Amino acid sequence: MATLLNRRDRWLNLTGIAGLIVVSIGLYMAFAYAPTDRVQGHAQRIFYVHVPMAWLAYLAYGVLFVGAVGYLWKKDMKWDRLARSSAELGFLFTTLVLITGALWGRPIWGTWWQWEARLTTTLVLWFIYLGYFMLRSYAGDRERAARHSAVLGLIGAIDIPIIHQSVEWWRTLHPEPVVLNTGGPNLPDSMLYTVLVTFVGFTILYAYLVGMKYRVEAARDEITEREMTRMFTTSSETASPSTSPQRISPASGGMED
Amino acid sequence: MNRIGALIWKDVLIEARSRQFIGAMLAFTLIVIVTLNFAFDLIREQRETNGAGALWIAILFAGLIGIGRSIAVERDRGTLDGLILSPIEGGSLFLGKFGAALLSIIVVEAIALPVFAALYDLPALDPLVIGIVLAGSIGLAALGTLFSAVTSGIRSREVLLPLLLFPLLIPILIAAVRATANVFEGDRDGTLRWINLMLGFDAIFIVLSYLGFGFLIED
Repeated sequence: MATLLNRRDRWLNLTGIAGLIVVSIGLYMAFAYAPTDRVQGHAQRIFYVHVPMAWLAYLAYGVLFVGAVGYLWKKDMKWDRLARSSAELGFLFTTLVLITGALWGRPIWGTWWQWEARLTTTLVLWFIYLGYFMLRSYAGDRERAARHSAVLGLIGAIDIPIIHQSVEWWRTLHPEPVVLNTGGPNLPDSMLYTVLVTFVGFTILYAYLVGMKYRVEAARDEITEREMTRMFTTSSETASPSTSPQRISPASGGMED
Repeated sequence: MNRIGALIWKDVLIEARSRQFIGAMLAFTLIVIVTLNFAFDLIREQRETNGAGALWIAILFAGLIGIGRSIAVERDRGTLDGLILSPIEGGSLFLGKFGAALLSIIVVEAIALPVFAALYDLPALDPLVIGIVLAGSIGLAALGTLFSAVTSGIRSREVLLPLLLFPLLIPILIAAVRATANVFEGDRDGTLRWINLMLGFDAIFIVLSYLGFGFLIED
């Protein structure tokens, strides 16, 4: 058991180190290797962080969706742990993509914000993440929090493309995708390589952070479970009639799952 | 089908005897319609677009206070256990509560729309507008019923419900407001894609809620 945990830890640490190295290389390339944009100037360099953040905001939701479906199907807490770990990082990356986008938009568009399809969808995504956390914190016992938030995660995942479509019909102004479009990438090679490196780097970093967060959540679940068991056993041993009802009632919540 | 009908009939009877929901929803909708006039000046220029927005804000709020509580009251009355123990599976339970919710909001709209049309001199009783209102209300009732179950056991549900519901209802709100504004402005062809969007939304979320409802009420 101990060696198994150690091996998993070692892999996780290696992932973290790899992510850190690739991100560092990517950031170095963003400032030293990639050319300065003729029209946008240095402000364009935020693109190398902004694009990976946008990708991770949605990737994290995809992982949350997988965790939600897995939990509803298998009723195993480990799927919920995956979902809630990814949700927290997704919320972080969604916040960052909104902030980096606003920082870029101010000099280039002349405004912090535009009510355009991709921006609006990402803002709505941010609110869905926010609702997800609030639901979890209000829901009370772990099992119900897992079940209800899984349904919310599922509904949100189906809704996000529809939200995007509706907002797109509503109005549009975002620069067209320059990396993923049908005619092949539409930017200089040096810029493309740089964004690919930051893209890979931040994705590895995300994998590491999800792994770490998952470990923290697993430990937290175990603490709760141990506390429940201890409370249950001590209260039944001492059998003091005045205190036992309050002590048993939280424990019964933990015994259900 | 009989079971779903019985569930709807049960809610209709309770409403007919207690009148606790529709009266409150209606009064609230009317005061919102009147109050929004002071915010947007709905009788001057651009009243077509602003009017469509005001109408849908009123419908959205009516749904929130009416449909949003439809599962919570079952829990408060202690009848939710009865429903769970009855030989009706989660999906049919959803359809029953959804049908009753939709019915209640339609009753409110049947009174609010003529009032709206009279106050602001906009063609809110146009058959196309009525169709749009129905299509939008179905989506509102479906997700409203689903999240009513999510928030029913939570003490601060009044805060949580709009936070969960509003982001997910954005497609309905955009489509309904645009389509209604199109009719008010006389552009009837422009409404088609918005109505399609709403119907697609309605179909998807009725099916999903049907499948997911059982997970939400099993405790």
